[in-house]
Amino acid sequence: MTMAVTARNLVRRFGEFTAVDRVSFEVPAGSVFGFLGPNGAGKTTTIRMLCGLLAPTEGEAEVIGFDLRREVDKIKENIGYMSQRFSLYADLTVRQNLEFYAGIYRIPRAKKAARIAFAVKMAGLTGAEHRLTGELSGGVKQRLALGAAIMHEPRLIFLDEPTAGVDPASRRDFWDLIAELRRQGVTVFVTTHYMDEAEHCDRLILIYSGRKIAEASPRELVTDIIAGTMLEISGPPPAEVVARVEKAPLIKQAQIFGLVSHVLIDNGADATERVRALVREAGWPEAQVRPIRASLEDAFIHLIEREDRRIAAEGGRAR
Amino acid sequence: MTMSLLAAANLRKRFGDIEAVAGIDLQVEPGEIFGLIGPDGAGKTTTLRLLVGLLDADEGEASIAGLDVHKQPDRARELLGYMPQQYSLYGDLTVEENLRFFADMHFVSRADRQERLARLFAFSRLEPYAKRPAGKLSGGMYKKLALSCCMIHTPKLLLLDEPTTGVDPLSRRELWEILYAFAAEGVAVVVSTPYMDEAERCHRVGLIHGGRFLLTDRPQAILAGFDEALFEVLTDDYDGARAALAQQQCALRSYPAGDALKVACRPGAAPETIGRTLTAAGVAYRSIEPGRPNFEDVFLSRVEVSA
Repeated sequence: MTMAVTARNLVRRFGEFTAVDRVSFEVPAGSVFGFLGPNGAGKTTTIRMLCGLLAPTEGEAEVIGFDLRREVDKIKENIGYMSQRFSLYADLTVRQNLEFYAGIYRIPRAKKAARIAFAVKMAGLTGAEHRLTGELSGGVKQRLALGAAIMHEPRLIFLDEPTAGVDPASRRDFWDLIAELRRQGVTVFVTTHYMDEAEHCDRLILIYSGRKIAEASPRELVTDIIAGTMLEISGPPPAEVVARVEKAPLIKQAQIFGLVSHVLIDNGADATERVRALVREAGWPEAQVRPIRASLEDAFIHLIEREDRRIAAEGGRAR
Repeated sequence: MTMSLLAAANLRKRFGDIEAVAGIDLQVEPGEIFGLIGPDGAGKTTTLRLLVGLLDADEGEASIAGLDVHKQPDRARELLGYMPQQYSLYGDLTVEENLRFFADMHFVSRADRQERLARLFAFSRLEPYAKRPAGKLSGGMYKKLALSCCMIHTPKLLLLDEPTTGVDPLSRRELWEILYAFAAEGVAVVVSTPYMDEAERCHRVGLIHGGRFLLTDRPQAILAGFDEALFEVLTDDYDGARAALAQQQCALRSYPAGDALKVACRPGAAPETIGRTLTAAGVAYRSIEPGRPNFEDVFLSRVEVSA
């Protein structure tokens, strides 16, 4: 399999602070690769290194076949990058913005009109090319920014929280565009806080405190990595249930979820029965206990809590 | 009838040609978390602004513990905490200084102040960051500090406008834990969110669209009342499958859900119908499994019914 990105032990320090700590991964060409982690985990720093905007302190990477240290200009020419901050000029029209980007990417004159038309159409702005960019809705702006970022037809594009603050219907439209890019063979490297979006990725890695703590497909992350059964307890007040059961050795995680509570326990044929017994002994014989599907968010939190415990055990830096 | 902590009847607000809020009725009890769930432009923010008395309603009324938010605004406001989407803290003041500032604004006595700070630090787990400037906090921590500042005068009603938008999953869960802790102390909470998956975290929700409630109930009751037949289809040809199902009017709607295509059909539809339609259109599939409804399914279905 061809790799669009190969990162080996990437490190980035800012003074005393290690933002990215020996992170390695491979991104298969033509895939949608999700890069997840809480705020401050090191996602943006990693992307900036891979785009050639920030030199790594240590480690190596190849990006679409070019060496990050020796061929950084080649990388910059051949990738697209859309940052968290909206990158178009609010006081320029749609067309002026796209012409500006066509200039930056040195799109040949013969191709320019076609590429601008493509970006306009992708944003759904045909006929509205003379509107001021600042007046567009959030979702349309994001689509336009994506169009600008792929003006030069890169084979790899980095999207850093492209849908932050965009409403659900527009987010869905945006992901339809990502699916379309993937069909055309473009590799998409994307960060997001939305777990429903992460589910659309072929592969995910989760980083935390600068370190990689998991790598899997969304399905594997929920079934294998979480390695347990999620149960819903309904009937008794959830706050009381969580307070009573969370310290039991059997329970790996407990949380209030509206009018019910969710607990995570190790897999096993009698898992449900054991929790039922625990709840009964706690004084709620009438409580209902049933297995439910764990979510990607459950897996995400489980992995981070596990890492927190590991860091604490090492006596190291906590979050 | 016992008096609800928050009561609103037939709230309406028009901006020019647009009726942003088109008749909202709402009661929220102490200790209850009520979710205003809907997409951007549904009327969530305007509803909250009417409830806190920041906007004058064209029609209808709202009261907090029996105090009309327009006739007795000062007394009503003492009882509420409101966290708008863009909550302004002082970026160059530390976490603790911000809290003290808001305590002074609300005339919290020196005697009470220390105890409240300690309580809010316990809820928010911000104490280790007490000396950090607010401008240097992460998005999630900033929201937790804003929430703490809204609660410094121990209001009985807390209204939050999209507190979890743009917040990472870990901070999102922490914010919910803080809301549960407040609710357990008897605070009534109204929270708006565009995330359908947060509906189930509320005690009761109103699905809002076009300035009206499509539905209000307990989340479990809403899901139980969803009667369309849902299936999850695994296929390598999403576009082909979607087109075939739409053309044969087999599916009401279909959309990607994880690695599957989720298909909603009329109540009672059998999986065989979908299989036959796909086969007839020459679309290969690996499996068709029954799907479980979530709030996105309910919302999309209700929006179509109301249209």
